[in-house]
Formats: sequence, C-alpha cells, structure tokens
Amino acid sequence: MNTTGKILTGIWIAGVTVAAFLWLPPAQGFRSPEAARIVVFHVPCAVLTFVAFLVNAVYSWLYLRSRHPLTDAKANAAAELGMLFAVLATVTGSLFAMEQWGSAWNWDPRETSIVMLMLVYAAYFVLRGAVEEKSKRARLSAAYALLAFPAMVFLIWILPRIVESLHPTNTLFSRSGLDPSYRITLWSFFAGLLAVFVWMFRLRLRVELAEARLRQQYHRDAVAEVTLAGETR
Amino acid sequence: MNRSSGWVHEAFAVFAKDWLLELRTRVALGAVVLFAVTSVMASGFALAPPSGVPAEVKAALLWVVVFFAAVAGLSRVFVVEEETRTADSLRLAVSPTGVFVGKLLFNTVLMWGLCLVTVPLYLLLLEVPVRSASLFVTVVVLGSTALACATTAVGAIVAKATTRGALFGVLSFPVALPPLLVAIHGTRAAWLSGGAWRVATGDLQVLVGFILVIVPASLLVFEHIWSE
Repeated sequence: MNTTGKILTGIWIAGVTVAAFLWLPPAQGFRSPEAARIVVFHVPCAVLTFVAFLVNAVYSWLYLRSRHPLTDAKANAAAELGMLFAVLATVTGSLFAMEQWGSAWNWDPRETSIVMLMLVYAAYFVLRGAVEEKSKRARLSAAYALLAFPAMVFLIWILPRIVESLHPTNTLFSRSGLDPSYRITLWSFFAGLLAVFVWMFRLRLRVELAEARLRQQYHRDAVAEVTLAGETR
Repeated sequence: MNRSSGWVHEAFAVFAKDWLLELRTRVALGAVVLFAVTSVMASGFALAPPSGVPAEVKAALLWVVVFFAAVAGLSRVFVVEEETRTADSLRLAVSPTGVFVGKLLFNTVLMWGLCLVTVPLYLLLLEVPVRSASLFVTVVVLGSTALACATTAVGAIVAKATTRGALFGVLSFPVALPPLLVAIHGTRAAWLSGGAWRVATGDLQVLVGFILVIVPASLLVFEHIWSE
C-alpha cells in the first residue's frame, strides 16, 4: 500500500471512530445505551475473522494446486490475521456482554464458534511448528486447513440448534434489523478495517520475502567461506 | 481388473493387511480399549449412584471418554507405516484412494470395537436409564463412524510431522467437534426424552451429512498428504 493509501486509511478510521462517539445516537433498548456503540467496532472484527478464515482456505487450496511457496505464505498470513481479529472480536464482545448481561462469557453459539475458530488457528500454527521441512509444512498445513474448513461450516450451522443465542439474527443485511445510522457507521468501520487487513497482509508477505532473501544470503556466504578456505589451504 | 473397481479391491486388501498386523501385536486395540476401560472405571468410582450426577453430564462424559480413547489409537494406522518404513512400498503398490479407504475402514471398525466394549460397561457402572435403546444404538454407531471419518486424514497428517507428540489430539479436536456435540445431544435425547426419535431426527441427519461431507473432503486432500 502506498503512502497516500496509508494516510487515507488512517484519516478514514479516525473519522469513523469519532463519528461513532459523537454523531451516532445511543442505542435505545439496551441496559447501557452508551456502551452499545461498541457494536460498530465488534461486528466488523467478527466478520473479518470469517473473511480471513475463508482467505486461508482459498490460498490453501491454491497452494495444493500450484505448490508455490508464496501462496503458502499468503495462507499463513491470512491465518495469523484471522487469529488477531478473532481475539479483537472476542474481547470487544466480552466487554459488551459484561455490561449488558453481567457476565463476560455465555456459551452463546457465536461466542462458541469464534473460540472454535481460534482453536483451529492454534492447531494450524502448532502443526506448522511441528514440521521442519518447508514444502512438507506447506503441504500438510494446507491439507489441514481444507479439512477444518467444512468442519467449521458444520459447527457454525449446527450450534444454534443446540444452544440458545443472545445475538440477534439477520440484522446485518436486512432493512429492519439495524438503525440506518448504525448500519452506515458499522460498514464504514468495516471498510477501514478491511484496508488495514490488506495492508498488514502485504507487510507480512514482505517480512516473509525478506526472511527468504536473508537466508539465501547466509547460505551464499557460507558456501563462499568454505570455497575460500579450500583455496587457501 | 478395470480401474474403477480397482481401488475397492485395494481398499479391502489394505484393510485386511492392517487387521492382520494389528491382531499380531494388538497395539492400537490395546491402547484404545485399555484407555477407555480405565477412564470408565474412574468415572464409575466417582459418579455412580448415589452421587446424584444428572444424565446430561453422563452423556457428555461418555463421548469425552470415547473421543480421547480414539485419540489414543486412531493415528496408529498411519504412524506404523512411517515407523516400519513401509509407507513407500505401500505408495508404490496401492492408489491413494485405496490406502485412504482401507485405513478409514480399519479405523471405523476399531471405533465400533471400542464402543462395543466401552458403552455397555459405562451403562452398567454408571447406571444410566436408557429410554430408547434403538435410538441410542443408532447414535453410537453413527457417532463413532463420524469420529473415525473426521480423524483418519488428520492421522495421516500427524504421521508425516517431525514431532508427533500430542499433535493428534490437538489437530483432531476442532475437526471432530461437530459430530461430538451432536452425538452428545442425541445421546441425551435417547436417555431422557419420551418421543426420542422425533427429538433426535435432526441430530442423526447432521451426523450422516457430516460423514457425507468430510469423507470426500478427506479424499481430496489425502492425495497431497500421502504422496511425497
């Protein structure tokens, strides 16, 4: 992302944040109408978690087809960002639940599914740590991501049938679900956060490439040293 | 032999070979059954009447025991190929589909054997009143099959990892969670509800649906796990 893009993203997010506190009316019908503003930050984080999970699965699939190391790095970057946004969504959600229902954790279907997503990511990182050879690590973690994906879809689908929900259903896209001012602020924040997501994603790939270049340099130096030692003998 | 029926034949050959080897050493069988019996005994000591533990808790505990017993033994079927260095010759002789289906059948039968020992012992020791025996048997059969289907490909991944340790349990849990939750729900219905079949129809559908989704998904990725 170029400098203009970064500055614009910064201004956009700052603007939406200010609007969320000054322009947005308090949400009536909650125990603490002022605290309910957190929803405009909480929901985008949760949506991005699922976006990241989907991106991870798509790149995993592409990796198995192309076997390109950069595709594996992309899948990994998406998983890392997914973990970050899952933590953010859980923390903002728990803060609000504490205010509204008096307890930070209620085993509500969405709370449970996001924790399960975190477990999948954690298992994914453990697996990556357990395989040393790079191409093998990429292959096995991609296979695992593609196994976990249908299981998570099942889980998100069946959980509401088994446990009761505190979350409202079908509010994000229906006309009647959310006050227009809330809908605008929420999706504006989502747009800003998505830009941050893309930015961090690219940064992560640059780190990966820099690491690869360093490793190459190190190997070249080592080879040069050995040849030099052989010649001077 | 034409190609389409080839993998069926191969799968049964792998299945027969694995059981022959298993019956010689009984490592997986011993690990799974002993783990299950030990944990059922421990639960029995702690929770048998008159402890007053509700049947809901006992239903969850039964599946926790079955899941962890499965974790103790289900990866064995792939790990043994790496340990004895027979994976390469198996790769040469049999198609990936044949290998996967054969190993999946092995694990499924192993799970059935595990439930055959564990479940009656559990019912006996913890004195659970079963309202609908036919539903309970159906849930146990489908649930154990779904657990085997969910964890077989994970076992193949773990066998290839450099450090295996507790990896199988960590990786299996998220994949096995949907059938596990539904099986607990169905078990509770079979033990407690009057019109149990009606309550649990959805659970049975989810279990069958899960098997129908996870097996093709496993088959798709297995080729990439198995071939070097």
